[in-house]
Amino acid sequence: MRLMHQRMVLVREIEELIVRHYDEQEMRCPMHLGIGQEGVSAGICASLRPEDYIFGTYRSHGIYLAKGGDPKTMLAEFYGKSTGQSAGRAGSMQLTAPEIGFLCASALVGGTIPMAVGAALASKLRRDGRIAIAFFGDAATEEGVWHEAMNFASLKKLPVVFVCENNFFAVYTPLAERQPSDKIYERAAGYSMPATCVDGNNVAEVFEVMDDAVARARAGGGPSFVEARTYRWREHCGPAWDDHLSYRNIEEAKAWMARDPIRQFENRLLEEKLMTDAEIAQVRRDVLAQVEDALAFAKQSPFPEPDELMHGVYAP
Amino acid sequence: MSREIAFHQALSEAVALMMEADDRVFIFGEGVPDPKTIFGSTAGLKERFGEERVFDTPLSENGLTGIAIGAALAGMRPVMTHQRIDFALLAMDQIVNHAAKRCYTSGGKQGVPVTIRSIIGRGWGQGSQHSQSLHAFFAHIPGLKVVMPVTPHDAKGLLIASIEDNNPVMFIEHRWLYNVIGHVPEGIYRTPLGPGKLFREGKDVTIVAISYMVMEALRAADMLAKEGLEAEVVAVQTLRPFDDSMILDSVRKTRRLVVADTGWETVGFSAEIVARVAEKLHGTLRAAPRRVALPDCPTPTTPALANHYYPRAIHVANVVAEMADLPAETTLLETPTTVPLDVPDKNFPGPF
Repeated sequence: MRLMHQRMVLVREIEELIVRHYDEQEMRCPMHLGIGQEGVSAGICASLRPEDYIFGTYRSHGIYLAKGGDPKTMLAEFYGKSTGQSAGRAGSMQLTAPEIGFLCASALVGGTIPMAVGAALASKLRRDGRIAIAFFGDAATEEGVWHEAMNFASLKKLPVVFVCENNFFAVYTPLAERQPSDKIYERAAGYSMPATCVDGNNVAEVFEVMDDAVARARAGGGPSFVEARTYRWREHCGPAWDDHLSYRNIEEAKAWMARDPIRQFENRLLEEKLMTDAEIAQVRRDVLAQVEDALAFAKQSPFPEPDELMHGVYAP
Repeated sequence: MSREIAFHQALSEAVALMMEADDRVFIFGEGVPDPKTIFGSTAGLKERFGEERVFDTPLSENGLTGIAIGAALAGMRPVMTHQRIDFALLAMDQIVNHAAKRCYTSGGKQGVPVTIRSIIGRGWGQGSQHSQSLHAFFAHIPGLKVVMPVTPHDAKGLLIASIEDNNPVMFIEHRWLYNVIGHVPEGIYRTPLGPGKLFREGKDVTIVAISYMVMEALRAADMLAKEGLEAEVVAVQTLRPFDDSMILDSVRKTRRLVVADTGWETVGFSAEIVARVAEKLHGTLRAAPRRVALPDCPTPTTPALANHYYPRAIHVANVVAEMADLPAETTLLETPTTVPLDVPDKNFPGPF
């Protein structure tokens, strides 16, 4: 519980730091923030072992940090530095960390869903007990590759959990203009796959549902589908607010923001006397120090040399 | 003693040896274990290695390519097979946007050891969606490797080298090479990805050929020899990374270049070869380089039109004759009418 809390605060504070510094124009890459959506990534990753695989999207700062990624190399990547997670070749949209099992993220919607199924296939062939998570947004379920991946995973009973982070918008286009039903999880039945819909802003609930799905996968029971409903606070891409564009109902947005996943979880921790106010404040102070440290590391790191341009096109 | 087997048998032997040597290797694709076993190229694999490592798939080309990539990122060495390269177009997102980019965008931390086999169809009315020669498409993309074997020996050696390679390899086979028989050593050996292959030495003209067009180029060289012209035939068996050194060495000697490609002429791989020679050997050439490639239209089905679509040896030989200013009365310049151009040989019963 404490780890989930710490990870959510870390995700929030690193993204708030990005918001504060993005206008300096030193982080020169598209940035898709998940402020308000931290409960989903923290809840998912708390259910995993370090050796398990996860595959994400272009909005995956949460997944990266919750799985144990280093904030320093993450920010250095955004600053385009040679110390960055991918030596300045990935930016934010393809932020990954193979060393912690976060094997791929993609700027293409749905692009990594089949890869998670492939990693699960590898686990099954090796019988090594690892599971894989396919993490994606609501619009990815409109892509053909989602259906292809769901079908194959169920056919082969692979140890994979499909987690749809439903924030109800594809950029400015609402779910209702894209899909005939807002119950995405119901479609898993078409692939003979159990599915659950969960409040993504309730990290404990996400964890409980994930824990079941992960246990099922690990026991050889096959794939599951989890729809975690949440809400993006800021604009689709970038650090600003965009409610002046009137593409979404402002009252609806306010209601979601009132249900801040971090504040809700802290209230529960306090009520159940699992943490004190002082401890929560300490977590925030420690995290703030950690992200400022990471920022200093990123800013001080060197850029790649021009002769590194052609490095890594092919693996040796 | 020299052991001779067919091209398709060499492919199946390469996969069998790799599956035996390395637990990480598995093979799948539409029809891989079915009774036709991808024209014999996966024969015996399911019986020997079981359904877990040799499996048929749903018709989900893009999804299955992503599955191969994910398995590779998790440490496996998958081999995916398409009965027609046209089907691989359904997987361009995974091949181009994902497989080709992963090593570079991971800062060199990850490789994607996936081999994607595909077959170029030809003839017997296969038409516009079963016969495309799309190697130039894939060869355009940094991060992919593109291999097109010609002989049974190299089909096996290049496939083994591709499976062992830590990068995504588009392994493109030509259906008309499947029954070609040649010497193939037993056991594991590797034909390195990259270098060209010298098929025939000559001093008067360099014919660079790709895939099946090597066969036509060799026949053309025979025809030209009767007219006193010695053609050197060089095959490009790896289009990316493209090692042009053998081609440049040859053209330095012959000072004439003809490229025979199985693909379309416009923006084809033949253009890349001509461009390299033009950039590096301009001024030493005795004649402008020429290309023998497909006309810029989709493949027709009727043999009446297919006969005017596919170039054969006579077309290659005629281009050389023009470049070398052979006298107009040369018999070479006549187009043959006795052999149908839509089947590999007279014994072929059709269909594919």
